[in-house]
Amino acid sequence: MVEESLIQEFFRYFTTNGSYIFELFINHLLMSVYGVLFASLVGIPLGILIARYARISQGVITVANIIQTVPVIAMLAILMLVMGLGNNTVVLAVFLYALLPIIKNTYTGLIEVDASIKDAGKSMGMTRNQVLRMIELPLALSVIIGGLRIALVVAIGVVAVGSFIGASTLTDIIIRGTNATDGTAMILAGAVPIAIIAIIIDVGLRLLENRLDPLRAQKKGPKAQSVTDNM
Amino acid sequence: MLSIKGLTKVYGRKTKAVDNLSIEIEDGEFVAFIGTSGSGKTTALRMLNRMIEPTDGVVTINGMETKKMDPVELRRKIGYVLQQVGLLPHMTIKENIVLVPKLLKWPQERKDEKAKELIKLVDLPESFLDRYPSELSGGQQQRIGVVRALAAEQDIILMDEPFGALDPITRDTLQDLVKELQKKLGKTFVFVTHDMDEAIKLADKICIMSHGKVVQYDTPDNILKNPANDFVRDFIGENRLIQDRPNMKTVEKAMIIPKTVNIDDSLDHAVSIMREYRIDTILITNKSQKLLGYLDIEDIKEGVRKKAELIDIMQRDIYRVNINSKLQDSVRTILKRNVRNVPVVEDDNKLVGLITRASLVDIVYDSIWGDDEEVQTSDPSKDIGVDI
Repeated sequence: MVEESLIQEFFRYFTTNGSYIFELFINHLLMSVYGVLFASLVGIPLGILIARYARISQGVITVANIIQTVPVIAMLAILMLVMGLGNNTVVLAVFLYALLPIIKNTYTGLIEVDASIKDAGKSMGMTRNQVLRMIELPLALSVIIGGLRIALVVAIGVVAVGSFIGASTLTDIIIRGTNATDGTAMILAGAVPIAIIAIIIDVGLRLLENRLDPLRAQKKGPKAQSVTDNM
Repeated sequence: MLSIKGLTKVYGRKTKAVDNLSIEIEDGEFVAFIGTSGSGKTTALRMLNRMIEPTDGVVTINGMETKKMDPVELRRKIGYVLQQVGLLPHMTIKENIVLVPKLLKWPQERKDEKAKELIKLVDLPESFLDRYPSELSGGQQQRIGVVRALAAEQDIILMDEPFGALDPITRDTLQDLVKELQKKLGKTFVFVTHDMDEAIKLADKICIMSHGKVVQYDTPDNILKNPANDFVRDFIGENRLIQDRPNMKTVEKAMIIPKTVNIDDSLDHAVSIMREYRIDTILITNKSQKLLGYLDIEDIKEGVRKKAELIDIMQRDIYRVNINSKLQDSVRTILKRNVRNVPVVEDDNKLVGLITRASLVDIVYDSIWGDDEEVQTSDPSKDIGVDI
């Protein structure tokens, strides 16, 4: 009986506050996406750069690692002192946390491309940029997408803490639920969408990753090929 | 002409990988760099297309100094075949073949045409063009690797141990193919190997290297006859020296006249001939004596049972040698491929003879160990060029 009423309550809250929850949902998602977008604009080129100049790779990755170790709440507090309250501060925090997975995966993806394939490209008369564009990036693409996936999932979590510095995220509902008596339904109304965004992003990008994996594409290839051959 | 003068590569302060290498390579020549590992042969090869920048020395192609050319442009003019093949896994075979033409911005039709032309050249079906490299066997991949180096009509092809990663039979077939291509296209091939058999088989000239220096640069025959020093003698091995002492016989000396039937004859006729002469294999020719295929006793049994025609059951895939090829090469091939006999043909595929294992054994005993005091009782497997 109690459980049923909880579920009923949950849905009632959802239906009466649908547009509000939706607004927060979009807000939450956008902050994550913006942060990761900016991070990839910086992180991917940086990853390419350190894959090319091995000497600076250790330094860059170490710095990104150090950023990653700072607890989110502490990071937000520090940024708040400089940037004030609000959404932008949260986006900046997401940016900082997204850097490490993006840089690291871009770097790893590029350096793990088989040296003999890169050598072949160079010996055919490809310029350095052609080797990057025609060989390294296509072969590393799935690993780079993997970095974006991790970054986005991390971002959802970072944004969730953003409510404490005045950003409007789904956590707003959770906080309200914890302050209210019998706020269980409210807590769920905030927590469930957060979990759903994270899971959808993770599953969706994983599929994309597999699809872009050059080795997988070929394994599918021969089957289709031999079918047409036999016909 | 490819002329190399004083080519030197120094790593660090004094490690000389290649030391003052000077050779001339004529157009259309097939040259092998051979040596033990660390002899600088690969470094020397890679300096030719500036994959490695020489420390010193001059390489000129038809009078043009490579040093003064843009390295990227230079590499597009020189074909390069790698030991690891290095096909791009995310591109189809067609895209792989026309990679250099694409870099040179050829129009699409010309690239398509070239891809079709080239895949035929290495005896692979056109349907392979749309496949991915991982769907091909190692030997097929290396065939693509070879034609990729020819796609932009390069005049010079460099090959870095191109057959090193292949199994012996595939290697053998590919060597034949490459030699045939080189003769047909008249291009200059420079390749690196550590396999003396391969060098003797393919190369017009062999450049033996040790510690970055050229020890001997000459034709295979001259090297076998007059090794420059003990190093060369050790390197080519006593066995080969002995094999080559009897003034370079061609297969003509060892062949017998084979029994043949015409392609239009009946199966019964073939059987009666085979029965009459007590032979297990019969060769099939057309009216102008061109070799078409063969039948062996197993095929006949099968054919008689099915009441098939001769033309339907004959085996068309037949290994043959040219009448001018050297006997020692054929010996190796027969041993390596484990075939019973090899037909001998003229340039136009006209059948002129047959080499059987029995006739080879005769000639080997007569001419190679016949006048030797101590008869060598070497294990035949030692002579078939075991890889290092």
